Amino acid sequence: MKETNAENNPAGCPASPAELSRRKFFARLSVAAGGIGALMVALPVAGFILAPFFERHKEVWRSVGKMDSFKIGTTTAVQYEDASPLPWAGVTARSAAWLRRVDADTFIAFSINCTHLGCPVRWLAEADLFMCPCHGGVYYNDGTVAAGPPPAPLPRYQVRVLNGDVQILTAQIPISSK
Amino acid sequence: MDDRTGLPKMIGKTARHLVPPDAKWWYVFGTATLCAFMVQVISGVALAFAYIPSAGEAYTTLHFISDQAPFGHFLRGLHYYGASAMVLMVGLHMAQVFLFGAYKFPRELNWATGVLLLGFTLVMGFTGQLLRWDQNAVWSVVVGAEQAARVPLIGQWLAHFILGGDTVGGATLTRFFAIHVFIMPAFIFAFVGLHLWLVLRHGVSEPPKPGKLVDPKTYRAEYQQMLEKTGKPFWPDAAWRDTIFCTGLIVFVVALAFFSGAPPLDKPPDPSVVAASPRPDWYLLWYFGVLALLPHGTEKYFMVFGPLLAGIILIALPFVSNRGERSPRRRPWAVVAVIMTVLMIVTLWVAGAKSPWSPNFNAPPLSASVVGATNGPVMLGAELFHDKGCLNCHLIGKDGGRRGPDLTDVADRLSKNEMILKIANGAVNMPAYAGNLTPSKMDALVAFLQTRKRNGHDR
Repeated sequence: MKETNAENNPAGCPASPAELSRRKFFARLSVAAGGIGALMVALPVAGFILAPFFERHKEVWRSVGKMDSFKIGTTTAVQYEDASPLPWAGVTARSAAWLRRVDADTFIAFSINCTHLGCPVRWLAEADLFMCPCHGGVYYNDGTVAAGPPPAPLPRYQVRVLNGDVQILTAQIPISSK
Repeated sequence: MDDRTGLPKMIGKTARHLVPPDAKWWYVFGTATLCAFMVQVISGVALAFAYIPSAGEAYTTLHFISDQAPFGHFLRGLHYYGASAMVLMVGLHMAQVFLFGAYKFPRELNWATGVLLLGFTLVMGFTGQLLRWDQNAVWSVVVGAEQAARVPLIGQWLAHFILGGDTVGGATLTRFFAIHVFIMPAFIFAFVGLHLWLVLRHGVSEPPKPGKLVDPKTYRAEYQQMLEKTGKPFWPDAAWRDTIFCTGLIVFVVALAFFSGAPPLDKPPDPSVVAASPRPDWYLLWYFGVLALLPHGTEKYFMVFGPLLAGIILIALPFVSNRGERSPRRRPWAVVAVIMTVLMIVTLWVAGAKSPWSPNFNAPPLSASVVGATNGPVMLGAELFHDKGCLNCHLIGKDGGRRGPDLTDVADRLSKNEMILKIANGAVNMPAYAGNLTPSKMDALVAFLQTRKRNGHDR
């Protein structure tokens, strides 16, 4: 802020040079004090609100069913709980994936989100296709694009089999295509 | 009272400020917007008495408000129709100000603050729809985050911001609640105050006369002269029209809320339930249409730069053109722009409501009367047409989806071999079925399609 003599010396208020410098000092003091007060409040508030963006996301393995319950060549919707749900999340703590058993040892877990605009794709077992309800994106059973606007295949979660349990590694959505 | 507070004098002076005598029914939409906003504040505060902004409990409280709380069904309806009224009135107000050239000198900032208020109103609409925390809301957030994530460079960060974390969950709703209930209303109050202050400072614009040009050098003096000669006090000479129109608007909104009640709740907000078809509320349905109809691959740029560009153009308008002709009769392009915008939004809105680009997952198997056979390859082919998902995207008569071409009369267009080629190889918008159909099934499917002629088979 540029201070001019006119601002510091309103009409009808004669001031000596000493008074003028006092006035300048008070103005600066007030701005500085107010700024310190505002910062003291604003910094923790900003930290509180922005904290979620700097939190490192945990990834955990979640069991989605016994290995034997998935038939070879089928694709099934599986549900699991998010990595670290808040206590009040309720049903929103749940996530889903499409799990395909390719052969005895191989499982693929597809994201349910269409790569076009993120709508939940559905599996049409008879047609052997994933189809998106929003804009007609279609994927083959291996997740590659069969038709429509999707720019990329369905993203995949990591899957492993541990002690007969099929487990999915949770990931943030949208899964960045790796 | 006046001596101690100074308020009665100040309010009286403000209420009776002079306005142009011929500012009549065209000038009510701004007040009507404010009026709809007040309905929103009051009904919103009331709803907050019962609504719990918790991802796990909001849905239960919404059912409580709609089904059990006295007047709850009405209040949710009021908040919904009030929002609709506000969006409509903002649009009308903006169109009127634009057509009358009222954004020109010296009212450039009136317009700019108004554009910001339009943006705030749309944000309120979107966040408000999300507070109706059902399946549709959850998927709207997820779809919003997935779209945002495709934005170059800052995508993942944006998605994280929208979800309030790695996935939709406990933090998502509380953040949207704070934005919808505290932050945005605070902005709206502040900018409405500024907007009204500017209206008082520059005066209500006089209705334009063709040939009377705005010249920044002389405008203020001429306007002042006109007010002194013919101006009327705003209260009550002009205000009665605002009051009547606002009352009518409130009666209309209350009647709608009373007779049609709250917008229905979708299924619970469980993101693991895959059977969902997210749709925005009507005032953003046209934008849903835009995203669906954009050429493939351009949507990621459009989603950021589209709204940004629209905002910049709108705000820049009065600074680019702040003088000259105000009358719509001498500004044919302004009239064309308004008509084109309205046509565009209505067309996109109708398209969004029909959404022919969405596959039809609910098409039942074709009936025998449509198929025209109860056994043999034709019937088998008709079954395959349903089971293989063809019917999701193609019409046969009145059944099926509209994503792909109507196949009611396909045999008139394509020979048997052409059909086989098409089915086996697919197309840009159709999967290739070569690995999906055995030769005998392909034959049956084609046998069925060969019976699809305008004439020559029984219906």
